[in-house]
Formats: sequence, C-alpha cells, structure tokens
Amino acid sequence: MLSRVAESIYWMNRYIERAENMARIVDVNEHLMLDLPPGLSAQWAPLVAITGDEAEFKKRYSGTDQDEVSWFLTFDAANPNSILSSLRAARENARSIREILSSAVWAEINEAYHYVEHLAQTQAAPHHAFLRNVIRASHSVEGATSATLSHAEAYHFSRIGRLTERADQTTRFVDIRYFMLLPSPDEVGSPTDDLHWTAVLQSASALEMYRQRHGMVQMQATVEFLLVDPDFPRSVRSCVSRANESLRAITGTRSGTYRNTAERRLGRLAAELDYTSVEEVIIEGLHEFLDSIQAKLNECGTALHESFFAPQLTTRANAAEIS
Amino acid sequence: MKLDSYQTEGFYDELFLADGTPRKEFKSLVDRINSLPSGDLVRRQRAAERNLMHMGITFNVYGDDAGEERILPFDLIPRLVTAKEWAWIERGLQQRIKALNLFLDDIYYGQRIVKDGIIPEELILSAKGFRKECVGLAPPRGVWCHVTGTDLVRDGDGQIYVLEDNLRVPSGVSYVLQNRAVLKRTFPRVFRGLGVRPVSDYPGRLRAMLEDVAPDGRGPPQVAVLTPGQFNSAYFEHSFLAQQMGVELVEGRDLTVEDGTVFMRTTAGLERVHVIYRRIDDDFLDPEVFRADSMLGVPGLMEAYQRDRVTLVNAPGTGVADDKVIYAYVPKMIRFYLGEDAIIPNVPTYLCWDKQQMEHVLDHIESMVVKPANESGGYGMLIGPHASASEHEEFRQRIRSDGRNYIAQATLSLSRVPTLIEDQLEGRHVDLRPFILYGRKIYVLPGGLTRVALREGSLVVNSSQGGGSKDTWVIAAESGVGATSGGPAS
Repeated sequence: MLSRVAESIYWMNRYIERAENMARIVDVNEHLMLDLPPGLSAQWAPLVAITGDEAEFKKRYSGTDQDEVSWFLTFDAANPNSILSSLRAARENARSIREILSSAVWAEINEAYHYVEHLAQTQAAPHHAFLRNVIRASHSVEGATSATLSHAEAYHFSRIGRLTERADQTTRFVDIRYFMLLPSPDEVGSPTDDLHWTAVLQSASALEMYRQRHGMVQMQATVEFLLVDPDFPRSVRSCVSRANESLRAITGTRSGTYRNTAERRLGRLAAELDYTSVEEVIIEGLHEFLDSIQAKLNECGTALHESFFAPQLTTRANAAEIS
Repeated sequence: MKLDSYQTEGFYDELFLADGTPRKEFKSLVDRINSLPSGDLVRRQRAAERNLMHMGITFNVYGDDAGEERILPFDLIPRLVTAKEWAWIERGLQQRIKALNLFLDDIYYGQRIVKDGIIPEELILSAKGFRKECVGLAPPRGVWCHVTGTDLVRDGDGQIYVLEDNLRVPSGVSYVLQNRAVLKRTFPRVFRGLGVRPVSDYPGRLRAMLEDVAPDGRGPPQVAVLTPGQFNSAYFEHSFLAQQMGVELVEGRDLTVEDGTVFMRTTAGLERVHVIYRRIDDDFLDPEVFRADSMLGVPGLMEAYQRDRVTLVNAPGTGVADDKVIYAYVPKMIRFYLGEDAIIPNVPTYLCWDKQQMEHVLDHIESMVVKPANESGGYGMLIGPHASASEHEEFRQRIRSDGRNYIAQATLSLSRVPTLIEDQLEGRHVDLRPFILYGRKIYVLPGGLTRVALREGSLVVNSSQGGGSKDTWVIAAESGVGATSGGPAS
C-alpha cells in the first residue's frame, strides 16, 4: 500500500472518531448541567480545557456559556478540532484515497460531511438530534468499514487510526473532572460527584456496560472501567491493545517482539496498561497519569509516521534487486 | 411531461424528424416520456442530481477559494444512436486511430510522410505537441495513442464529422459510466426494450489494455494511474478509474526513479511500477526534461521511459497530432498509410499559414469559427456569427500576425437533442465524444459522452463553459430472430 494512502486512511479515521467524541462530550455536558443542584452554575469551560484548545478559544470568544462553547466545538470552521472541521478533514482525506475505499465507506463520509456543513450554515446552535446523528454517522462509517472493506492492510490502518484517537479521547473524558470546579473538596464522593461520573460514563456510551460489571457508579470503578477494562471497546487499554493487534496484522511481527519503533512503542504502552493498578494511579495523581498516556499515544503516532508514512528509503537497493 | 409540443425549429434533431414525429427506432423512449405524469421528469432529474452529489461525483471549480464542488450538469434525456449508424462510426474511428497511430510512429521514426511531401516538415516541428525527446522511440506494440476521445459533431444536413481527435489525456469517460448508472434506474423498461449496448466493461478493458502494453518482463505488470492530485478538476475521474480497475492511484510524490526504474513508495518499501496511465500533460511529466517548475511529475521518468523500463499511457509526444493544423491532414494520412478514403470526414478546414486560405478566412470571418491550433477546452476561439465587429477585427489581426497558429472552419449547425430546461423540454446543441482504446487491437466503447450546450442557441459544449452531459445509448443490432434459430424444421 502507498505510504501516502496509509497515512490518509489513518487520519481519515482519527478525524471521524474525533468528531464523534466531540458530539458525545457536548451532548452529555448539556444533560449534566441540567441535573446540577440549584446554586451550582453551569460549567462549559472544562469542555474547552480538555480538548487542549483553550488559547484558540480565548482569542475569539469573550465568555464561556453554553452557546459559545458548543458553537466552538461543533460548527466553528476556524476551530481545527470542531465537528465541522474534523469531518471536513476526514472527507478531504477520504477524497484523496477514494479509489481504495468501498463506495459504501465513501458515501457515508461524504453524506456526514454534507449534513454537518449544511446545518452549520443554517442553524444557530447544535441540537440533540444533530449530535446523535454525528455519532450515528461515525458508527455507520465504522460499520461500513468493517462490513465492506477487505480485512487487509487498509482496514488495519483504519483501525489503528480509530482506536488510537478513541484511546486519547477517553483519557480526556476521564480527565474532565480535573477541570470542573467544586464548591468544596468535601464534594468528592458526594451525590453531585456520582452524577458527574455517571455523565462521564454516558459520554463514552459506557453506562450500561459499566452497570453490568460494577453496579453502583463510583469514582474508582469508573476510572478502572474506562482506562483498563479488558473488554469494553472504548476503554483505553482495549483500544491500545486492539490497535497493537492491527499493527501486527500489517507487519506480521509476533506479539511481544518488535521490528520498528511503532511496534515497540505501541507494544510497550499496551503492556503498561495491561499491568496498571488504578488504585495506584489515583494515589499518584490521575490527571498526571492521563497526561502521560496522551503523551505516549502521541509518540506512537510519531512512530507510525516514521515507520510507515514517511519511511526512510533504506530499502532502495533491496527493492531494485527483487523487482 | 409532453414532447407533443416539442419544436425542432429547423435544426437536425437526434430524436425527432423535421416534421416533429419521433424517429421510428427511438419511438419507445418518446412514448415513455409522454406517459410520465406532469412533474415526474423534473423529480427524477433532481433525484439523480442529489444522488451524484451524495456519491461525490463532482468536479472542482478552479479559482474558487471555498473549494466548491459541483456536479457536472447532467440531463436525463439520452441521446440515441442506431445500430447502423454506430457500425459506421465504429469503422470510421478504428480507421482514423489506426492511421493517426501510424502517423505518430512515423514522424518519431523515419518521417516517411514528410519525405513523401504529404505534410510539410515545418508544420510538424512547429507543432507545440511535438517532442524531440521522443524521436527514435518505439513504444510496446507500436502503440502511441492508447486512449483517445474523438469529438464528433453532426451538421444540419445530418452528416457526421470529426471535429477534434484528443490524443493527449482525454477525459469524460467516468461521466459516461455514471450517467449510465443513473439512466438505467430512470428508464429501466425503455432501456431493456431498446437493447442498449452496455458500457460497464470499460474499466476492465482499460486495465487489460494497460497490462497488454507493459514493457517485456516477468509476472503480471504493476499498473498505476498518475494524477495531479485531488485539486485537479478531473480528480474524480482519476480516482474512479483507479478504483474500478483495482489499481493504485499515485501522485508524482508517490513515485521515485532509481537507476532508470520507476518505484512507488509503499508501507513495505519501494515497489516497481511497469505501466503508468498518466493523467497529466507531457509538460509536467518530468521536471528534468520538460517544465522544470513542475511539482506534479517525477524526476527521471522520461529516462525510465526511454529505456523501456516503464510504459507511459498515452505516450509522450502524441500532442503533435492534436494540433489543429495537423488535424486537417488526417484524411491525407489515412490515404497515405492505409490506402483508403476517410470514412468519417473532417470538418472542412482552412489553414491560415497558407496565404490563399488565410485571405479567404479574413474575407469570410463573420461566418466562420476560428480556433487557435493548440488550445483545448473551447478557449480562445471565435464564433464568427455570434461575435461583434471589433472581435472580428481582433481575430483578423491575430491571424495576420500568427497564421501558423490559426485555423478556420465553416460554422456548423450542430444537431440538437431535447433537454430538460426548467420544467420544459427544449432543443439544445450536442456533440459526441466516443472513447477508443488501443492495445492489442482497437476497441471503441459503444456510446460515449454526449456533451450538450445548455445555454439557448449556444454551440459551446465544454464543461468549463456552461456545458453539461447526457447518456448516449447505442441500440444493439437486430438479433435477427428466425434467421438464426435452430431446431428441427416443422
């Protein structure tokens, strides 16, 4: 597969997953804020904080109310991580590699983009149905990818893009608590706090699966479920571990060994998550741990770039020989 | 929707006779259109347009910052061609492509046609598309013009002419395939009833042709389509053809030449490429040989080509035969190489490099179409009857100062086809671009792109200038029921 094509598939999927998660986070926060006890004012600023785009936001917006923040995260074409920008980028990537996609995958992406682009021009604010539709469109793309793309190299690069982005976004959902203002430290473990963790689970579509496994919502079990649950498909551990499997499906390298930096970094991160104790993480600092996971995911991205998307052409002589 | 009130207005109409009755071969289509409830055709047209947009079958509009994409305007009413007329067109095109290819092979090796005094050498050397880098080359199977999109037009008296040959990188075939997909859903019963010849095997034939012209070597050849990238106006077609053929779509930056051999950069290292269906002009192919500022090409590509390590499709240098002055000599080429008369005639053409012919053009410019010899896309031409006196004067001066680069033709009264305008069917002028593949042998795709000038009275069908497209239905020959049926005699 062409390096350029592999890179575009990877990014196309990252951007779609990013749009999906943005929709999740706006949707859930809206509900959370409605459930807050009287006296607590609605908080939208944390949504900007966890996306890491605070500087960009402050440049162009004066306040942090719901309208401003949700516009910034959904329809703002100048925000590179808004739903609109993410889907545009996903579609641009898809357009440059249409020839290797199935028509079903392409049509889903194209329609999702046109849908959002049209609403961005005609709507004042994103509504619930819109956010659900973005999530559904992302699922449709994933479904079409799984059902109509050969489960070969292109498919596995799709999965690596999707899963690494999803792992990163899940760490951000968990981290949102860090940015929320509480009236007093006593609030930790209070009903308001449980409400918050319920919302976090909802934002990852994890509430039902969580209940089946842990029952009552409480902080440590929630963090454990979203970070290291081996089976839940949005947990960081599960995402990293399946991305690692896809990477090895491409290269044929045996699990536990490596032949390039991407395999080494992704394999090491997967192993780390396999043996992480959430209890320790909370004692040592959840926010710092999440930051380090994000940094390691970034390193995996860089390594993928070096190993596959822009490889040094050391194989020149070889290729000439075997051709 | 009624075609009862449709007027041919004195033009040759592809669907109707001069007296307003439908041509008998095509009556079932006219009946079907007449039977549709009012507004139905418009609804079908809108549905088809939405479908094209959803599928992203669009072209980019140049110079539009928002990167606007539009669908190529498309009209639901097909243009029909009878089996008999198509058989004639097919023979004519095969003859013409064969001669043009022999011409290309000859002028790059030997120039018999110049030595025998048929075409003046200065015309060939001064043609913009002549590439001295190709002199002495012998592409696989002797084929230079692998893919051709010849433009045909029909004049008011019903005669079909060749207007242009388009031997460089003709585009439009993806619209033929997409229009057909839409029309099959729009008029399924009429379609079956008429026995329209299929076009869907084009990608398979294109791939087979590309593999057939690979340089000699082991194993199945690696084929790639070379595109300028997704901001090119024909990008959709490039990716569509690569997808339908199941081959790689590459950009210049995906390729590299090592030691005279072309490779593409893949996730598993470098992989050799044997055949490149390039959709970029000669000028941009290789910055080391042609335009040094080309960012689209591949340094070293021409060297690999000259060393027979890779086949370029179409071969560089075919543009010499696209020169409209050279075009005028095609009937003579056919006689010279094949010893035959041209089956499909050229539009009678005046060459302004010849003093006498130039005088004639200058005197009659008001009634003629004047074209620059080396432009395409309908740019830089003068349609005498539609132009002002000052435009006539401007072109007279251009012709006087640069006779070599101008030709003139009588203004044809292009035939028309009913076309949906708002909610009415009105006659609009059309041409026809069939697509021809040349590998082991010459194959003519039955049908082609019918381009239609959507503006009332306009004769310019180019998509860059307000043109749209129609599906072209070639009716299968009568199956001859009875004559060939077997079984015991009763």
